[in-house]
Amino acid sequence: MSDRSDLLLAIADDELFLGWRNSEWTGIAPFLEEDVAFSSIAQNEIGHARALYELAARELDTTADELAFDRDADEYRCAPLVQLRRLEWARTIARHWLYETADEIRLAILKASDDSEIAGIASKIDREEAYHRMHAEMWVERLLATGEGRARFNDAVDELWPYALGVLDDALRPELRERVEERLGRKLPDAEPVPRGRHETELRQLWEEMTMVRRSAPTGARW
Amino acid sequence: MIFEVFRRERKGQPFQHAGSIDAPDEHFADVYAREQYGRRQESVALWLVPRNALHEIDDFPDEFDLKYRRVDGYSIKTRLREARDRAGTLESAAGEA
Repeated sequence: MSDRSDLLLAIADDELFLGWRNSEWTGIAPFLEEDVAFSSIAQNEIGHARALYELAARELDTTADELAFDRDADEYRCAPLVQLRRLEWARTIARHWLYETADEIRLAILKASDDSEIAGIASKIDREEAYHRMHAEMWVERLLATGEGRARFNDAVDELWPYALGVLDDALRPELRERVEERLGRKLPDAEPVPRGRHETELRQLWEEMTMVRRSAPTGARW
Repeated sequence: MIFEVFRRERKGQPFQHAGSIDAPDEHFADVYAREQYGRRQESVALWLVPRNALHEIDDFPDEFDLKYRRVDGYSIKTRLREARDRAGTLESAAGEA
């Protein structure tokens, strides 16, 4: 597998898992309008995953579906941040905001890539991510506006910070720290990043659920 | 807060009421309106109006049934039938005479 397909799969897996995790709020989000908005964001992330898998699939001579659902759980490359199951709103928003902040840094590099296919897909994804960032920022502002919101949000950020660092390569981590610290107006602790490639127990649980229907059907079934 | 949402489907067309958004403030309403009324390219522009900023009028008395003052005018069909009926009565009265 080339560095290129490796990179595409890493980002696609991030988007697929985050989309899946975000979709766990469908039907139970804090209120109706948020339910609609967050479910739509989840669908967008899965759409981004599909576009990235398709690009990788051409190189690897396979299909997007096979890449998304037919690999073994151990083969996924998503960052541990998106594997975690945190069905608590402050943590969900902290993860969403930390991921979008990291993703913006990563997309800026990809948009400037010499590879026109990668630069093109990164630009397309970034245009949708702009909405996700707007949504995340709106919630950060809201949570930071009250004592309880601020306490819950800061706890969540502290808990997830080592995972957020793991989304990016070494070289990009200082920029993530700078942006997050600037927005929060405080220093974050030095933390050992939880690196990509590590698999949390929740990864296999989600994989079981995500691939259940596909595995139940005979190989080659058409949908 | 409830915001009424008006959307313009294509450039040059009038804004039409599309529905409403229930949001904690204008910032949330902005994000939710984009999500619910704009993300599928179904609108080129949106107006968000806090419901309490709308001035509503819903009483239009017409006690004397003055149909001729209505925008759709009065129906001439009924009047014609009535006139014909009257004329018919006159003809038969003349025949008898």
